Amino acid sequence: MTTKLFGAKVPRVEDDRLLRGNGRYADDLMPGALESAVLRSPHAHARIVHIDVDAVLDCEGVHAVYTYEDLTGPMAAPLPLLIPHPALTHGRTQYALAKDEVNYVGEAIAFVVADDRYLAEDAIGKIKVDYEFLPPVVGIDNARKAERLVHDDVPGNIGARLEQNVGDAPAAIAAAPHRLELDLVIERSASTPMEGRAVVSRWDPDQARLQVWSSTQTSTGVRAAVAAQLGLDLGQVDVITPDVGGGFGVKINHPWPEELLVPLAAIALGRPVRFTEDRREHFISSAHERQQVQHIEVGFDDDGRLLGLDVEFWHDHGAYTPYGLIVPIITSTQLLGPYKPDNYRVVFESLYTNTVIVTPYRGAGRPQGVYAMERTMDAIAAYLKKDRTEIRATNFIQPDEFPYDHQLVFQDGRPLVYDSGDYPALLEKIKALVGWDEFEQFRTEMAAEGRRVGLGLACYVEGTGVGPYEGAHVQIETSGNVKVATGLTSQGQGHQTVFAQLVADVLGCSFEDIEIVTGDTRRMPYAVGTFASRAAVMSGSAIHLAATRAREKALRIAADALEADAADLEIVDGIVSVKGTTGPTISLGTLAVLSNPLRYAFDEVSKAATQFSVGRPEKPPVAEDDEPGLEGRDFYSPERSTFASGMHAVIVETDPDTAEIKILKYAVVHDCGHLINPMIVEGQIHGGVAQGVGGALYERMVYDESGQLLNASFMDFLMPYVTEVPESIDIDHLETPSPLNPLGIKGAGEAGVIPSAAVFAAAIEDAEGFPITTMPISPSELFELRRRHSVVEPTHAVVELVETTTPEEDSP
Amino acid sequence: MKPAPFSYRRPGTLQLALESLAGEPDAKVLAGGQSLIPLLSMRLAAPSMLIDINALPDLDHVTTAADGVRVGALARHAAVLADQDAVRVQPLLAKALANVAHSTIRNRGTSVGSLVHADAAAELPVVLRLLGGSLDVASTRGRRTIAAEDLYVGLLETSLRHDEIAVEAFFPALALGEGVAFDEVARRHGDYAMCGVAALVQVDGDRVVRARAGYLSVSEVPTVIELTDAFSVAVDEESLAAAGEMALAGLDPQTDIHASADYRAQLVRVLTARVLRSAYDDARGRMLARVER
Repeated sequence: MTTKLFGAKVPRVEDDRLLRGNGRYADDLMPGALESAVLRSPHAHARIVHIDVDAVLDCEGVHAVYTYEDLTGPMAAPLPLLIPHPALTHGRTQYALAKDEVNYVGEAIAFVVADDRYLAEDAIGKIKVDYEFLPPVVGIDNARKAERLVHDDVPGNIGARLEQNVGDAPAAIAAAPHRLELDLVIERSASTPMEGRAVVSRWDPDQARLQVWSSTQTSTGVRAAVAAQLGLDLGQVDVITPDVGGGFGVKINHPWPEELLVPLAAIALGRPVRFTEDRREHFISSAHERQQVQHIEVGFDDDGRLLGLDVEFWHDHGAYTPYGLIVPIITSTQLLGPYKPDNYRVVFESLYTNTVIVTPYRGAGRPQGVYAMERTMDAIAAYLKKDRTEIRATNFIQPDEFPYDHQLVFQDGRPLVYDSGDYPALLEKIKALVGWDEFEQFRTEMAAEGRRVGLGLACYVEGTGVGPYEGAHVQIETSGNVKVATGLTSQGQGHQTVFAQLVADVLGCSFEDIEIVTGDTRRMPYAVGTFASRAAVMSGSAIHLAATRAREKALRIAADALEADAADLEIVDGIVSVKGTTGPTISLGTLAVLSNPLRYAFDEVSKAATQFSVGRPEKPPVAEDDEPGLEGRDFYSPERSTFASGMHAVIVETDPDTAEIKILKYAVVHDCGHLINPMIVEGQIHGGVAQGVGGALYERMVYDESGQLLNASFMDFLMPYVTEVPESIDIDHLETPSPLNPLGIKGAGEAGVIPSAAVFAAAIEDAEGFPITTMPISPSELFELRRRHSVVEPTHAVVELVETTTPEEDSP
Repeated sequence: MKPAPFSYRRPGTLQLALESLAGEPDAKVLAGGQSLIPLLSMRLAAPSMLIDINALPDLDHVTTAADGVRVGALARHAAVLADQDAVRVQPLLAKALANVAHSTIRNRGTSVGSLVHADAAAELPVVLRLLGGSLDVASTRGRRTIAAEDLYVGLLETSLRHDEIAVEAFFPALALGEGVAFDEVARRHGDYAMCGVAALVQVDGDRVVRARAGYLSVSEVPTVIELTDAFSVAVDEESLAAAGEMALAGLDPQTDIHASADYRAQLVRVLTARVLRSAYDDARGRMLARVER
């Protein structure tokens, strides 16, 4: 009997190759391709008066220089706005090369192609640009003040304003026995994958066909964009995603200017052209995320039950809005987490600033929403002097309430309906895992040693497996090897491993005989992309369905060949036999031969197949309802997202003298339905927690008033080293299967990073005894906060918060 | 992030290297390259020529004698750190070098290169200053020795002349009755410190004969402060706190994106107390060990 691989800790087949330096990234392909560099704006806001490229034209080794004036047709129009929304009344996108104006430091102005990157950078340095400086808008406060505008035709710097209401939150709050207000800030970080953006392209004039290799999270998206912008048919463009050194969201935005300019130059020059982004460019010309200012008003009863929640927030989306409102919409809807306020109002303004654009970064607006909600829960608990887990439990959606309809519209434009979950069970698990009930004793013991510790908890629900669809193609070769293609891309998640697990289970073939291809439009031209924790749910389900079709066909042919009933057959180790008998058998490879009436006996397998006879003499060789080949193809398109959930808890120690923050224990419970590969899920959690530690305690984008990014390098942008990440992360799983897909799975890619800001703020607040309302937080900032609060001894039990006036006093 | 054009020499003798340097006013000397190469790649520096001294013979030595440790211009941090004799004769070397970046950088970066790069956030310039060491430099005009106290003249600036190559540093041995300690607080393990302190304390019995400390990242140049007066009575919380205040009077902590000036001042206080206490204990421990032997 073949062992079932679903649920097994199968080692990642990718790792040997990737860890030994045998990965093949865009920069490794097409040796000898011409290289390019981009002249980027050194100013945050300026009008371009004149560009002089004369000095570049005679440079030896330089093949082409492009400015906006050289762009024609669709390339001369602003880049596409990928996800429009009715509320995005003032959406703006940049040009592939700046036209007349630049709006952030790093915006592309000119594109140079040369023999190598050294010469291209030398040439960039020789281009002269006359600027007329405009006053920059930096930071949410300045954007809101709107004394200066990023775009002349966008009043108030407001790109969008969106409000959603369930019930009447203001009235419910006004009538509530208790009310609190919170003002919170969360700053910018970024995906910062190991490999930045990269694209290489070649034009084949004989076939009039363009090939593009891009380090992207969506090869089909890039293909459509390149075809449209360069005036080619889709059928003339192949986009192939090679190994990608991490994406974390930034590579779902497309097309980047370079993704269009590289193919444009490749066609014009008739030679392969490459762009490989360097680290400084990645900081100033890709995308950031997270920055929001939030104002929360909440009304609740004596038990801490939410009666009304009114959230207003301001989202900094940078200089342009190519990715629409996805991030703030997710914040505004996923903020609710596992809770059910009876009345909810949320309104946000998405604001322009003269900074790098903001597009989804792992978590994609959820970390901000969880931060708002969980800080509120902690504030209620502090106000009522109740245990923080008790307040949360009081507000949980209960296991028997699924599917639970929040009566809101989610990021995909569909109703926000949770499919499944068990939040009380998660809470019990996290309390046990972190030692919640024993913590006060631990605090006392540590205090006796002069040490200061704090405990924090944060809960989240994550919509995963967002549609619209993914597809898969499964082909069984005559060798018995199985070739599988799905269109979304891989950035190191372990798709080759988990997808092969799914196929092996369905086909009963050997795991080692399965090859998975992702992100190649030649193999699967219909696909969406890898984002929103959707690969396992979407492509996993599609692969399962396609493999099932291939299995059905294999068994149909086998039943014919073995003169048996298909229902009596089984496949073990790639061999089909009649269950419980020792009679004749037939291999999947032989069935593949039999599936194709064109049967030249090239090999032993084909010769072996001649002993079997299939099909009926009275029918055509390929029956009307059949196709040659042993293949299965299918698509999975769910009616809505499936909602994973989880809780994190952390114990921190804060140094009384230096304000350094140390992680003593980090615990995660996670529910992503059935686990295909627990080791890979845990790896996703480890990586997410590491990024979360970065976002909460180390990373931020430091812009000065003039819009210069002051820390555009890994020396000053403090991504945590392994020494800053907890040595161990305690993980426990809960499996409430999703009813929405055949495998009962939910996404797991982003969860590890979602509650970080909330959970660290809670733990530090618990250790220090004063509210933490701005994240991330550094030792220097904690030191300054201590001085402001003049804390001699921590008074962790009580968090001072201003209670608003009571309803009685409010009324005239 | 590719350097601007430069010419490149890799001379086989010191004399040739010195001649190249003398003839090229905009040349830079390349040893470990751990600071210079990033500066070139970010085009923050654009020398006309790089003179790579890695092929020069006899410069990678770490020589230990009773009076101290001599470190050649091509000795890597890792080699100094791994040299048992060197770190026995001057234990501060090991304590400080363990805080120099990460092992990959220590494998390549040179200790002498760090000294002449003169970054006030670096560990070794402070160590050389604190110990009262010196640097031997050579030019076509001959060789001279620069005392550590005369070496650092400004922000990232030494008293080396353009045509001079640093060939050897001298770190004096720990003297009888002396103890040392080092500590720093960085945002991440191996980063440039927000503040770091190296201390040298000499005792006679329980009494402090001399105490001084060198400071990283809280002044424009590596700075050493005499703190002996703080410990005229005893080494206790009060005197250690007083030493911190005394040190602050001679330092100039600044605000940057990682730490406020006030926070850095706090680190000066905390680390001064910790490191002076630790150096005092080290000195007393060494005396006791000596008596026991």
